Amino acid sequence: MNFDLYGFGPALAAGMLMTLQLALSALCLGLVLGLLGGLAKTSPNRALQWLGGTYSTLVRGIPELLWVLLIYFGTVSSMRAIGKLFDIPNLSLSAFAAGVIALGLCFGAYATEVFRGAMLSIPKGHREAGLALGMSRSRIFFKLVMPQMWRIALPGLGNLFMILMKDTALVSVIGLEEVMRHAQIAVTSTKQPFTFYMVAALMYLCMTALSMIGLAWLEKRASVGFARSAS
Amino acid sequence: MSWEFVLKWLPKLLHGATVTLELVAVAVIAGLILAIPLGIARASRNAYVRALPYAYIFFFRGTPLLVQLFLVYYGLAQFDVVTKGPLWPYLRDPFFCAALTMTLHTTAYIAEILRGAIQAVPPGEIEAARALGMSRGKALLYIILPRAARIGLPAYSNEVILMLKASALASTVTLLDITGMARTINARTYMPEQTFLIAGLIYLMMSFVLVQGFKLLERYLRVDASQGR
Repeated sequence: MNFDLYGFGPALAAGMLMTLQLALSALCLGLVLGLLGGLAKTSPNRALQWLGGTYSTLVRGIPELLWVLLIYFGTVSSMRAIGKLFDIPNLSLSAFAAGVIALGLCFGAYATEVFRGAMLSIPKGHREAGLALGMSRSRIFFKLVMPQMWRIALPGLGNLFMILMKDTALVSVIGLEEVMRHAQIAVTSTKQPFTFYMVAALMYLCMTALSMIGLAWLEKRASVGFARSAS
Repeated sequence: MSWEFVLKWLPKLLHGATVTLELVAVAVIAGLILAIPLGIARASRNAYVRALPYAYIFFFRGTPLLVQLFLVYYGLAQFDVVTKGPLWPYLRDPFFCAALTMTLHTTAYIAEILRGAIQAVPPGEIEAARALGMSRGKALLYIILPRAARIGLPAYSNEVILMLKASALASTVTLLDITGMARTINARTYMPEQTFLIAGLIYLMMSFVLVQGFKLLERYLRVDASQGR
């Protein structure tokens, strides 16, 4: 085996950076969507409940790859139309933007359920105490519910982040130059498919192992002050 | 959405749906069979017995299915031993490779589900079985596994749905499953919104039917009734 990977090492490293950027951007979008979805599902408003429920069922029932394709290819004509309105010819989503939207959408749908469960686990009395103290509803959410919710939602969100990290490989299908795409490019010129896909696999393994360690640290930090229940 | 378009291409997509179903069926059934010994080994008290399945599960859960699929379908061809070996007619067939990879992938997940389920069997029941004079093997076969099957069933049904969605990746190794068919139709008609939307609806319908089917199975196995402690 050749140690600089036939000169493709730096390209693969750049691909890893792209993969991380994609995963983190999709995480941000997904967390926002998941929070909104969780709030909608737990709200007393029927229409919002329906909206949150439909979002999470619809998105979770369709494969991630199909979402990537749908958002990348399916938005071409509508983006053109928007471009025409603002006099920008050939406006279109880049592969990166389409990947972030598709993966964020999928992450958000699963996170909706995680957040909903976490919100429901906060005792009602805490909210009533906030009201009795004269706090506004948004203040109650940000100061009372959210800090407690994180601890409960964290393990679920961690699992979802691992899934998201692995799903970033799907964006190579629409040509984004991340790890998988760079591995494919290397394979076409070196004819060493096993070597390069194995290197890609090891890179993903490193990323998931590192995020596992990071998550364990976060969970430990979040549960400071809470005694471990004997299990 | 025009009905003419739907009527013209729906048969093709439904044909793709049969490929998807075949792939998922092979993967989740073969995966379950392979996962049983692996899950039992993972729940073992001996650290050496636990280590080997752990390495397998760590690799298959830590890397994307797409990478695994490419490793099997494109990667194995790098070795002369494989291309000249007796298994080559199978290993160059995309359906075989996709089914094999999906099986190996889902085995890792199902083994973890089984481990959790086996460890969730109340210890009192196992002790009762042993006290009645059952051998360890007998207790495993008649008490632990039937009990674990019911505990793990909801998680297993989730895994089946996840595999249904993961099967879309088979389209990247030239298989014409629902997604593969949709990509072909898109390339021919250039109507991406409609094509991918119909494909998505087919997936939704399939997962709906699967969820309902598992609900029936749970009722048949009396999963709720047997959860009482």
